[in-house]
This record gives sequence, C-alpha cells and structure tokens, in this order.
Amino acid sequence: MKRLVTFTVNGEMQKVTVEPYRSLLDVLRNEVGLTGTKKGCDVGDCSACTVILNGQPVNSCLVLGVEADGMVIETIEGLAQKMEDGYALHPLQKNFLKYGAAQCGFCTPGMIMAAKALLDGNPHPTEAEVRFAIAGNICRCTGFAKIVEAILRTNVDG
Amino acid sequence: MMRFEYFEPDTLDEAVTLLGQYAGKASLMAGGTDLLVEIKEHLHRPDYVINIKKICDLDALTYNNTDGLTIGSLTTVRAVETSPVVLEKYAGLAQAARHLGSIQVRNRATVAGNICRASPSADTLPPLIADEATLKLYGPGGERVLPMEVFFTGPRQTQITKDEILTEIVIPPPPPHTGKAYIKHGRRKAMELATVGVGVSLTLDGDFCREVRIVLGAVAPTPIRAWEAEATLRGTVIDEALIEAAAVKAMEVSRPISDVRSSAVHRRKMVHVQTRRVIALALSRARSDS
Repeated sequence: MKRLVTFTVNGEMQKVTVEPYRSLLDVLRNEVGLTGTKKGCDVGDCSACTVILNGQPVNSCLVLGVEADGMVIETIEGLAQKMEDGYALHPLQKNFLKYGAAQCGFCTPGMIMAAKALLDGNPHPTEAEVRFAIAGNICRCTGFAKIVEAILRTNVDG
Repeated sequence: MMRFEYFEPDTLDEAVTLLGQYAGKASLMAGGTDLLVEIKEHLHRPDYVINIKKICDLDALTYNNTDGLTIGSLTTVRAVETSPVVLEKYAGLAQAARHLGSIQVRNRATVAGNICRASPSADTLPPLIADEATLKLYGPGGERVLPMEVFFTGPRQTQITKDEILTEIVIPPPPPHTGKAYIKHGRRKAMELATVGVGVSLTLDGDFCREVRIVLGAVAPTPIRAWEAEATLRGTVIDEALIEAAAVKAMEVSRPISDVRSSAVHRRKMVHVQTRRVIALALSRARSDS
C-alpha cells in the first residue's frame, strides 16, 4: 500500500506517494525526477548512488523511500548555485573538471557527494583521509588518482 | 524488484507482536544494508518487513566505569567507529567497525545487525567476543541476557528465536593495563569481507599477562576462541617466542573453508601471521594503558 512521504531535496520540499519497497534511489530518479544520482549495482557495493541524508553520505539504493520521510537530502543537482544567467559550479565540480577527474562520468555524482560529505566535516583532509572517504566509491575509468587530486585541491583552492 | 508489506512499530512490544503474528514470513529491518541486498538478490524474500527504527531508546552509545559500554541495537557502525570512548577503551571494536563495508554502508548498518546476521566473517564479532560482550534479547516472555560467546550456533545461525529482538549489547569496562586490537585480513583495503579476522583483548599485571582472549573470525562456522593460544600466553611474561607459539596454536585450531575469496591453506597461514601481529599490537597498547 502506498504511503505519503515528505522530504527536502536540495532545499526544496518534495511530497511523493510510493510503495514502501521502493528504494530512495528509485524515488529520487523517478517520482522526484532527479536523475543525477546513478544506479550502478543497486546493492550497496559501488556507491554510485551516494546521496547525503541528514548530513551523512549513504547508498540511496539501500534506503527505502519511506525511510526518508522528514529528512533532508542533498543530491548532485544541489551543488551548483543557480545564478541569474546560469549556474555557478561548486568548487568540487570545478576541480573535477579542471583536474580531469571524470571520464565516463557515471561514478562522478556519487564520488562528488562522498567528497562533499568529507569536506563538510573536514575542510582540510589529508590524502589518506580523502582516500578513506571515497573508499566505497568504485571508478572503472580513472584509476582514482585525479579524483583524489581534485578533492585534495578543493581544500587548497577553497 | 522488491515487494513486501511494511510496518514501522513504535514500541518493542508492537514489534514482537508483529514478529509472532507473521512468524516465519517477517524480517526485522534496522540498517537494511544486509536485508535489502538479500531481498534484491532473491536470497531471502520476506512477505513482511518490520522496520524498528521508530522505536525509541534503542540507539544508545554510553559508557560508565561500572557497567562499561552500552550499544543500542539501532546504533550505527559509523557511530561506534567514530566514538571517542570506543577508540580509547575498545580499540579492537573501533578497528573492526572502521573496516566494515564503506562509510556509506556504515552510516546505516548497525552493530546489532552485524551480530544477528552472524556471518562467520563478520568484523565486529571477534572483538566483541574478546571483550566479553553480553546481549540483551527481548521477546514475548520479556528480556533475557546471553553471553555473546554462546550466541552463535552455525553460519548465520544464532540463539535468537523468531519472535525476539536484540535490544542492547553491553561490554564490561576494561581493567587497567588492557590492550585491545583487531586485524582484518582481506584482498583489498575497503568493501571487503574478512578472509581472516583476529580480535584480541589482553590485560597485564606488571610484566605478566593476567588475562588474554583471542577470537578468530572467518575460519570456522562461527567465531571461535583460540583457547590453547591463550593458554600459551596467560600468566607469562610475553616475548616474541611466546607470541609465535600462540600464533601457531591459533593456526592449528582454525578450520577454514576454501571459497571465492581465499583458499583454506592461505587462510590458515594468514591466521598465523595476523594472530602474531594482533597480539603484538594489543600487548603494546596494554603496556601504554594506565
């Protein structure tokens, strides 16, 4: 039986009515219409589906949509600031572009959200702390080096 | 595609009633990081899912010098991993928590879930058993307490009954001059199941080893105590030769299987190596503990 769920996504309140067995990932992509969060493995191994839930990075494929009732969610779509004539990219997004940290881009939203969660709590991480923070995020393309560099330099560049 | 009926009881009694009502067809859900994977992969298809996260007062993480550490059944692995008191007094448990899954998983997964799932390679089990944890179970008949050491009866099998809920894990306060450690052996640094896990708690009395508990994970159907390895160290002034002898005893008591992650031969050899390392680590921590 469907349930009414209310949560905030990127600062905006969303109300959806969903079956309890729908994952938050599916609800965000379908009912809410935000397809920036990607479905990789759907079983919590790849972390492509990482969103920030009440300040914590989680695999949205392993959270039920109904569990997010009353919660605050940040997805990749919420990072860039809307301006009068377009968007201002978040420093993480700017550095991922600048340092070539994305190839196919499929892991990238989850990777950036994991990185944002790290920097939100620890604005000046060491390389070891960066690697630990993204240890759950799999990337098939880049070999991770430029991802780590982009995150580390986000700390320096501000 | 997952399908199930879903409940969010507000109280333990409600949850227990639901478990009884739908006996055999219902699963409890806390973090969901094992249950939802099992459902998605068709390993387990409960008709009813009972989410216990709305029940109050199950997310404790408190310490006092009399009772020790209390971990509620909704307390996340991440909370345990990052708790200053766990890092200080239960370093083995903190190490185990730190290496479970990923940060994303640990923000949802519960220690209680790790225990009830009872995978032979579960990370939190060896340090909790080495730390002499006890478990509080709540069912229709009320509450009962079990030492964690007797809780596991086989791979993914425990003494919990179909209508009981694990509510709390209690770990006694460590005596002075105690060192605790856990080493996880695996093929990679994260998102890995332990191919060997060794947890140790070691207490010194001056230069002598007053007490030691060594628990092996992933090398038997359940976590096991390495009794003879412990006996090798207990009452002695521990030196390298004794650590080596204890590590060999631990290897001898292991009865691992071969699976996709590792062969039995390799696992047994790694019990030797990692037991040696984790005893040395716990010993150095005990020496610097006051």
